[in-house]
This record gives sequence, C-alpha cells and structure tokens, in this order.
Amino acid sequence: MSILKKSSTVRFLAQTIFLLLCSAMTVWASGPKDPSPHGTNIFAPASTPAKSIADLSVLVLVITGIIFVVVFVLLVYSVVKFRGRAKDAGREPAQVYGSTQIELAWTIIPILIVVVLFLATARVIHAIQDAPEPAGAVQVTVIGHQYWWEFRYPKLGIVTANELHIPVSDPGHPTPTFLQLLSADTDHSFWVPELAGKTDLIPNHPNRMWMDPQRTGIFLGQCAQYCGTQHAKMLLRVSVDGPQDFAVWVRAQQGPAVEDAGAIAGRRVFESNACMNCHAVAGTAADGRFGPDLTHLMSRVTIAAGAAKNTHDNLRLWIQDPSAIKPGSLMPAMKLSDTDLDAVVSYMETLR
Amino acid sequence: MSSNAITLPGTQIQARPWVDELHQWLTTVDHKRLGILYILSALLFLAIGGVEALIIRIQLMHSHNNFVSPEVFNRMFTMHGTTMIFFVAMPVLFGFANYLVPLMIGARDMAFPRLNAFSFWLSFLGGLLLYFSFLGGSGLYGAGSAPDVGWWSYAPLGARAFSPGHSSDYWTLAVLVSGFGSIGTAINIIATILCLRCPGMKLNRMPLLVWMNLVMAGMVLFAVTPLSAAQIMLLIDRYLGGHFFDTQAGGSAVLWMHFFWIFGHPEVYILIIPCFAFMSEIIPVFSRKPIFGYPVMVAATVCIAFVSMSVWAHHMFTIGMNSYANSFFTLTTMAVGVPTGIKIFNWIGTMWGGRIQFKTPMLFSIGFLFQFLIAGLTGIMIAASPFDWQLSLSYFVVAHFHYVIVGGILFALFAAFYYWYPKMTGRMLSERLGKWHFWLFLIGFHLTFDVMHIPGILGMPRRIYTYEPGRGWDTLNLIITIGAFIQALAILVFLANLVISYFKGDRAGNDPWDAWTLEWSISSPPPAYNFATVPTVASRRPLWDLKHPEDPDSRYE
Amino acid sequence: MSAVTTSFPNTVAEWQLPSRGKVAMAGLIVAESAIFTIFVVAYLFYLGKSLTGPTPREVLETPIFYTICLLSSSLTIHLAAKCLARGITFAFLGLWLFTIALGGLFLYGTAQEWYRLIYEHGVTISTNLFGTTYYSLVGLHAFHVTAGLIMLVTVAVFGLSGRVGVKQSGHIEVLSMYWHFVDAVWVVVFTVVYVLGR
Ligand code: HEA
Ligand code: HEA
Ligand code: HEC
Ligand code: CUA
Ligand SMILES: [Cu+2]
Repeated sequence: MSILKKSSTVRFLAQTIFLLLCSAMTVWASGPKDPSPHGTNIFAPASTPAKSIADLSVLVLVITGIIFVVVFVLLVYSVVKFRGRAKDAGREPAQVYGSTQIELAWTIIPILIVVVLFLATARVIHAIQDAPEPAGAVQVTVIGHQYWWEFRYPKLGIVTANELHIPVSDPGHPTPTFLQLLSADTDHSFWVPELAGKTDLIPNHPNRMWMDPQRTGIFLGQCAQYCGTQHAKMLLRVSVDGPQDFAVWVRAQQGPAVEDAGAIAGRRVFESNACMNCHAVAGTAADGRFGPDLTHLMSRVTIAAGAAKNTHDNLRLWIQDPSAIKPGSLMPAMKLSDTDLDAVVSYMETLR
Repeated sequence: MSSNAITLPGTQIQARPWVDELHQWLTTVDHKRLGILYILSALLFLAIGGVEALIIRIQLMHSHNNFVSPEVFNRMFTMHGTTMIFFVAMPVLFGFANYLVPLMIGARDMAFPRLNAFSFWLSFLGGLLLYFSFLGGSGLYGAGSAPDVGWWSYAPLGARAFSPGHSSDYWTLAVLVSGFGSIGTAINIIATILCLRCPGMKLNRMPLLVWMNLVMAGMVLFAVTPLSAAQIMLLIDRYLGGHFFDTQAGGSAVLWMHFFWIFGHPEVYILIIPCFAFMSEIIPVFSRKPIFGYPVMVAATVCIAFVSMSVWAHHMFTIGMNSYANSFFTLTTMAVGVPTGIKIFNWIGTMWGGRIQFKTPMLFSIGFLFQFLIAGLTGIMIAASPFDWQLSLSYFVVAHFHYVIVGGILFALFAAFYYWYPKMTGRMLSERLGKWHFWLFLIGFHLTFDVMHIPGILGMPRRIYTYEPGRGWDTLNLIITIGAFIQALAILVFLANLVISYFKGDRAGNDPWDAWTLEWSISSPPPAYNFATVPTVASRRPLWDLKHPEDPDSRYE
Repeated sequence: MSAVTTSFPNTVAEWQLPSRGKVAMAGLIVAESAIFTIFVVAYLFYLGKSLTGPTPREVLETPIFYTICLLSSSLTIHLAAKCLARGITFAFLGLWLFTIALGGLFLYGTAQEWYRLIYEHGVTISTNLFGTTYYSLVGLHAFHVTAGLIMLVTVAVFGLSGRVGVKQSGHIEVLSMYWHFVDAVWVVVFTVVYVLGR
C-alpha cells in the first residue's frame, strides 16, 4: 500500500547530502589558507582582478548559501511534516488552490535579492574591465597557436613562448601587466586562476586583460577554451619576478642567440632542415614563425607548452618524435639520423 | 486504492506474427506508439551516450592516464554531448509530450499524425547519421573518426581548415535533420493543443503539463530555428566554399557563438520546462492536493520562456564583451531565477498541508526539487560574470549543467517513467527495484556531480583528455569516476525494471495512482482511439469532479 | 474511489477551436521568420567586412520590376482565395495562374541577376563575404518562392482538372498565408540587400 516508513528514508536522504556538502566545504575552505606553491585555486588570489573576483564570489556564495538553507529547510519540513500517515489513508487533505499574498511575497523577495546581486556584480565588472592602463604598465601581446603560446613585448622588443615573465606589482608603485590577446588559428583562452579570470583569444577579435601580481613566484594555468587535439597540453607558466630579476630577464631576452662554435654542426642541421621554416633564432637565418621562437630556448624550464621538462633527454625525444610527448602537436617528426639529432640537440642547448 | 478494475485488452495483446507487429510499429502514425518509439530510441542513445561518459570518466580517473588517445577522448565528449542533448533529452521529452498531450486534452490523436511520424523518423535518422560518422567520418581513409569539435563546434574549429574530412559534416547534418524533426513536432504540439481540446477544456483548464508543453513547443520555434540557420551557413561554408565563419577571409568566430547560444540557452529551458510539467502533475497527485497557484505557474512558465530568450550571452562572458553587455546579461540571467523560484515555492506550497505518499515517482520528484534548487543556485553563481571568468570552461560549469540535466531532467524523467509506465503498458513498475534504482542513482549522482564542482574551483578546465599530477585533482576525479559507475549500475537496474515489469509487473488498472487528469479515465494501455466518447470537462481536475461529486473543483475555479 | 466511470457531464453548448491548418501554418511562419532573421543578421553584420571586392555598390542593381511582380502576386492570390470562397471557380483559376506567372517571373529575375553577377562580375558564393551572404540570403528566399510555386502549380493542376471547389477553400487559404509570408520576407530582404546594403 501507499504509506511507507518514510521518516527514516527522509532522514537518510538529508544526512547523506549534508555529509557530502560538508566534505565539499572543507576542501573549499582549506583552499585559501593553504595555497599550494603553484596552485590553480581561484580562492587563492595573488593579484587585484583575481582578488576582487574572489571577494565577489564569497558574497555570492553566502547569499546563495542562505537561499539554499532557507529553501532546503522549507522543503525538508514539508516533506517530513506532511508525510501521509496510515491512519488517514483514504481521506483527502484540505484542498488549497493558492494564495495571492504568498505568491507576491515569494516574487518580491527574490527580485530584491537579484537586485543586490546584480549591483554587487556590476561594480566588479566595471572595476576590472574598465580599469585604465597606467603609464608604467608592461605590455604583452599574447598570440594563441594550436597548442602553444607566443608572447611578444612590443615595447621591449622580446619574443618568447609558453613561459610568461612579468614584474611583481608593488601597490605603492603599481606595474600592472596588460595583455593583448590574439589568435593565430582557433579559439583559446588565457587562464591563470590565481592572477585573473580567463579571457578568450579569438581570431579577428582582439581582447584585453590585465593583472598586477603582488607575490613573486610561479603561477600555473592553462588554455581553457577547447582548441583541438592537444588542448589539454597547452599549459601556461607565469613567472612573477621581482623588479631586479625581471630587468635581468629582459636584458637576456633582448640579445640575439649566443654564437657557440662548438654547436656549428647542429646549427647546420637546423638550417638545412625544415626547422628554420617554422622556428626563429634571432641573429641567424632562421625566422620561421609557425613554431615557438627558440632564441633563448634554454631560459625556459619546460618545452612544448609545459608538456615536458626542458632536459636533454626530453629535447632529444621531442625533436625525434614530438608525438611521443604530445600526440597531435603540429610539429612533425623530422626523421633525423642519430648523429644529426645529437648535433641539433647540442645546438639547442647553446641557445641560452 | 489500487483499483483492480478489469482492463480492456490493449491493441498489442492479440497474437500476431512478429513481422506484422514490427511492420505496424514502423509504419504507425498513432501518437501513443510514436511516443513510445521516441522514448525507446532515446533510451538506446542514453545507453550509448552513457557508455561514452564512462569512457571519459575512466580516462580522467587519474592524471596521465592512457586509456584512450587524445583524439578518441575528444570524439567521446563531442559525441556524448551531442547525443545526450539532441538524441536523448529532446526525443524522450517529445515522446512523453506525444503520448500524454492528446490524452490529457481528450483528443484522439495529434493534429497531424503523419507529420508526427515524419518528425520522429527525421530525428531518429539524425541519430543514425551522427553515429554513421564512425564509419564515414574521413571518407574511407580514417575509419573510426567521429566529430571531435565539441558540442558547440565553435568557429573556426568546425571549418574545413581545422576539421578536414567529413566528421563535422555528419555532425551538422545530424543536428540539422533532427532540428527539422523538432520543428515539425513543435508545430504539431501547438496545433494539437490549440485546436483539438475536448469540449470544456478552456486554456485555463488545461493540465499544467499541457500548458508547459505548449510553451516548450513555442520556444522550439524560436530557438531551434536559429541553430538550423547557423547549420545551413556552416554547410555553405564547408561544401560551397562560403566564408560565414572563415576567420581567414574576414568571417567572424563570435557570430557563430552568438547564433549557437541564441539556440543553446533557450534549448536548456526547452529541456527543463517539460520536466517542470512532470513535476506539476506528479507532486499534486502524491500530495493529494491540487497544484498551488495554477495561474501563477502558467505565468511563470511564459515569463521564463520570454526572459530566457535574452540571456544567451551568459555562455560568452569570457569572449571579451564590453562591461555593459556583461552587466546586461548578468541581470537578465539572474532575473530568470525569480520565475523559477516561484515554481519551486509553488511545488513546496503544493506539498504543504498535503498527505505525501512516498511512491517511487514522488521520491524522484523530491530528488528533483532538491537538486534543481542547488543547480539553479550554482547557475546564479556563474551568472555573476566575474565569477564566471574564473569558473567558465572549467569543471564547475560541467558540474552545474549535469546537476540540472542529470539531477533535474533525468530525475524528473525517472519520476515520469514510474508514473506513466502503468498507463503505457498496463503494468506497474516494481516498487522494490524502483527504490533500489532511486537510492543507487541518488548516491551515484551526488558522488559524481557534487564532487565535480571542486576541481573546477581548483582550476581544472573541461575538455582535457589528461592533466598534470600534483594539482590536487587526482583523488577528486577518482571519486567522480566511481560515482559515474554507480549511476551506470542504477540505470541498469532501471532498464531491468522496465523489461521485467513489462512481463511480470502487477496489473495497473485504469487509475493506479488515484489521479485526476483525463488519461487515467481510460484503460491502460489506452485503445487506439483513446476515448470512446469524447469527454467534456468542467474544471482542471475532471476526475476529481467525478470522484467527488459533492465537492467538485468547478465550484472554485 | 476505485472504479471510475467514463461518463462526463455534457454541458458545453458551443465549442469553437481554431483551424489546425491555420495554426500550423502560423507556427511554420514563426519558425521560418526566425531562420530568415538569422540570415538577415548575418548579412547586416558582414556588410562592408569583405576583405576583397567587389562590393554590393559596384555590382547590384535594384530589381524594381521583379519586386513589383512578386508583391502584386500577393494581391492576386488573395483575390483568388476570395473568389474560391464565394464559389467563383473560374475567376479563381485565372487569378491563380496569374499568381504563378508573377512568381515565375520573379524567379526569372533572380536567375537573371545571378547570371549577370557570376558571368559579368565574377561574384560567386566563395568570392568574398558579400558573395557568401548575398547568395545565401537571396538564395534562401528564392528557395522558398520555388517551394511555394511547386505547391501553387500542384493546386493549379487539380484546379484545371476541376477538383478544387469551395470545400477546399480552407486549404487554399492556408497556402495563401504561406505565399503572403514569402512576399513579406522579400520586403525585408529587398530593404536589407538593395537599400541598406548599398
Ligand atoms: C536544463 C538545463 C539548464 C537549466 C535549467 C539551467 C539553468 C540556469 N543556468 Fe545553466 N547551463 C546548462 C543547463 C541549464 N542551466 C548547460 C547545459 C550549460 C552549459 C553548456 C555548455 O557549456 O556545454 C549551462 C551553462 C550555464 C552558464 C554558462 C557557464 C559558462 O559556460 O561559463 C550560466 C551562466 O550564467 C548558467 C546559468 C544558469 C542560470 C542562472 C540558470 C537559472 O535558470 C537557474 C534558476 C533557478 C534558481 C535560481 C533556483 C531556484 C530559485 C529560488 C529558490 C529563488 C530564489 C533565488 C534567487 C533570488 C537567486 N548556465
Ligand atoms: C542529457 C544530457 C547529459 C547527460 C544525461 C549526461 C550524463 C553524464 N555525463 Fe555528460 N555532458 C553533457 C550532457 C549530458 N551528460 C554535455 C552537453 C556535455 C558537454 C560536451 C562538450 O563539452 O562538448 C557533457 C560533458 C561531460 C563531461 C565533460 C567532458 C569534458 O569536458 O572533457 C563529463 C565528465 O565527467 C560528463 C560525464 C557524464 C556522466 C558521468 C554522466 C552520467 O550521468 C551518465 C549516466 C549514464 C550511464 C552511465 C549509462 C548507463 C547505461 C548503461 C550502462 C547501459 C549499457 C547498456 C547496454 C550495454 C545495452 N559529461
Ligand atoms: C612544421 C613546422 C615545424 C618544423 C618543421 C619544426 N618544428 Fe619545432 N615546433 C613546431 C611547433 C608548432 C612547436 C610547438 C608545439 C607545441 O608545443 O604544441 C614546436 C616546438 C619545438 C620545440 C619546443 C619549443 C618550446 O619552446 O617549447 C623545439 C625545441 C623545437 N620545436 C625544435 C625543432 C627542431 C630542432 C626542428 C627541426 C629538426 C623543428 N623544431 C622543426 C613546429 C615545427
Ligand atoms: Cu588552446 Cu585550448
Ligand atoms: Cu544558458
């Protein structure tokens, strides 16, 4: 028949769900207090835009949390209180068709909540999106390519790839970085959660974003917009440097490639193969733009957009067969002989 | 109260050679049979799409897993998304609409039975076309290549230059063809509801299910058509060398996004409104009270339909719209919460003061209310555009929409299955298996999709086939995968219940739930002609009036 | 409260509902309007965005005559439907055939224009964004005119063999709704392509 031992059922439902929520909350809450050194936690902001977003998010979480609790309590109460009992089987409860006052109440209160939420949100939208670009800002042009990032510093004359270096921004003398976002092929999205929200890189549709990191260190992120086979391995590393370190890095990047007599054989292999059609090495004949600029390859910690550490073995493996590291990447396997391969790798290793 | 009144023999009971039977089903124009065909085809695709989800989950179980290659993974989520939206959710809801709307308004069939059959076969053909891509995707060279551009197929990824071969052609054709099917069905539903109501069934006496399907069908006309138009443009690009979305020739990637989401957002309401419809029928019956605030429910539905036409760009907060556009779409999106909230409150109001019976349909309905509440609130979070700059394209969004779709739509559908299966087959679904199904699915669901919010907050993007260790995502993903398998188990229980109860279930009788709408006044399953005499109604609950002649509803409306 | 009899009170005196043909056609028209809207939006969005020539100003000529043909066919089909409703089958047939002729003339005009664009100016659908959007929008409309003409001709064939009478006037009215819609769309397309677009 109809009525079951419902109260135990209901209680079990409530408990399960509550436990799940609690465990979720603990993980959330532990985030901000104990950010892993290279974390990607949106509640561990290290820069103004990320910070204002995190603050807004907490507000939104609190308001929606309150709504949740209120409605949840109503729901559980009515389910428990008005469960059918064996004794009244067969008799129908009072038939109520509605009530205008109550309907009005639960229309107007939500409207007010929405207004509050909207105003709070609009403020943050304005603060982040319409922020003026100060004179001292560092400018970087970010170009998304299928599965790797190109970074150009137009004012500093630097071209590099995959690992972005920006100066830390002292609130007293802010040196924010403004990124112009372009794409060479499909859509991508620049996302370093602890520094700023994400913005897409779309062909024919230049975008802009900014950040002013207040801590030095390495910040991780990755391409967030699906861009093809290797979207997963289009990782991002942002190195936030102290003013000194940044200046040193800039000077090093501005120079041409180091000429190393010992690597002349490798250089010849590089220049007599298709490598130079796709890669540029400043100061040499190689000026391809399809692949990452290799002038200062050795200044990078990773290769192939973070797919592997920049070690001798990885480099060798990569040049021998990129798909061993990153299947679907747009660099072809060049099928070099072992001697050529070793030569070209040693040449790469001179590019500091 | 389960009335064991003698049931009229259904049409399919007489023994006939099975080929004849099959022929009858394949050539049928009867709305009930087409409804069942829709539902069966959706169940088939649910199993396929579910297996694809499981493949996704196995691959993501831990970092650097090598269960499938990146290419295969990308095909899996594309096929999973496309299948689930276009070939599971839409057809199954159309199936129920087809079956129930004529019965609830006292009509003998849909307005255009042959158009109805045509629409069904179009949509089914679309599904076959999509899966044929596994064979024909790259001509005969790369057998096994299905579309891998995501279910939005953002430009220019879907253009020839970045998606050579034919896999994306199959995708657009499948979506286009099934879209035409949807438009046909929508026109049919509208014409049926407006033109075939039985005497006395004024607009303000229609069951809410009928009302909401009317609104849903109206939305299909406005929302699916932009998608069809965009698909035609994509076909022009891919086959005739057009440049609509060719960024190399000045085409715009952003335009495609707008067109897609002008469809995509109303689409999700097209899916949820029929589920609201199920709730609005099931909750009153098991609370033994009429729906609270009928006119307000109708108004809220219409309001949702209107507002939801102007919120599409909340899927595009990250594409760099200006601050005014971002604010506007934040406001409209949050505004949808108001009419939706009204509905939730009205359902609670319906239970309030009632005598709730915890039959399986009601359990799923309560699950729906609870989960839809949370899902809506996470929706509000990502509607705050700055919050979305962080959460968009991450697993948080994936969690949000599975919460609505699985926690909402699927739960509502299961409720509908348990509620109307007796009408469709003449047999009750097993309550015991039903409870197993409910609890297993509930646990699996929460294990999967509650946990899934966290990797999003910890920066895990969606559509990645693998991830680096050490980001704190490993354990979470393992739990999610386990949850998905529990869901699979629950669905197997459900499928078993459908099959076993068809042969062994208790006889249902005309009116097993003691309900109030017209479909329960006739035998289960209903005869081909539905109503021997066309009924006349005087209120929203005609069967209540019959059962309580001393206190009929018509007195209060 | 178990066995429920299926006898319902029979109280409703008159029960009038709209004709399903008209409702369905209205639904179709709404759907088609949405499709056209998207194409029109795309056309407007891409105005002046072609990377290479030619531009609409250089190659398009305003098809005034053919536009008049199409628009007046709305009038003739309206009159035809009226005649049929009154049972004047002969006048109906005449006006109907005239409508077909006007529609055919319009299509001929489109064909002429395309011929000129392709062979004199070398503009095809893949030339530039103008080509893509122009052929798509005008082509989509021409496709609808063609579909309409096929239906009109079908009716004409039945009409000539004497099978169309007052009884069919409901169907004819539904068909003429469609034709009016095709005309109305042309007004929009015309404005967009030949007025705003140049
Ligand atoms: C049936 C499906 C469904 C439904 C009903 C919804 C409902 C909502 N959705 Fe969701 N959504 C999807 C399916 C759905 N969504 C899908 C499939 C996607 C992603 C597609 C993809 O990217 O692949 C998506 C993505 C998506 C995004 C884009 C995220 C991104 O990609 O960056 C956003 C952003 O605003 C959003 C918001 C909302 C909101 C605000 C609602 C609201 O309608 C919710 C309203 C409900 C409530 C608010 C709860 C009840 C209300 C109350 C108790 C009253 C009090 C409340 C207030 C006053 C706030 N959704
Ligand atoms: C109706 C819509 C719907 C439904 C029901 C589901 C259900 C599920 N989805 Fe899906 N999902 C989407 C719509 C849906 N999804 C969409 C639109 C996307 C976006 C795609 C994109 O990004 O392009 C997506 C993306 C998506 C992702 C993200 C992929 C990525 O970004 O990389 C994930 C990952 O976990 C996922 C998981 C699941 C799981 C575990 C379920 C589970 O609930 C599934 C449970 C069901 C089963 C497990 C089936 C069990 C059946 C059997 C076992 C029967 C076997 C039968 C025989 C052998 C005869 N989904
Ligand atoms: C057809 C174009 C092409 C050719 C030829 C080519 N590369 Fe590449 N190369 C690329 C692309 C594209 C990438 C980026 C791949 C990725 O990260 O997805 C790349 C990446 C690299 C990297 C890693 C760079 C970094 O910063 O991460 C190295 C090193 C490299 N290539 C060396 C070579 C050498 C040596 C040769 C010749 C033997 C060569 N490439 C030939 C296209 C090419
Ligand atoms: Cu680049 Cu994803
Ligand atoms: Cu949406």
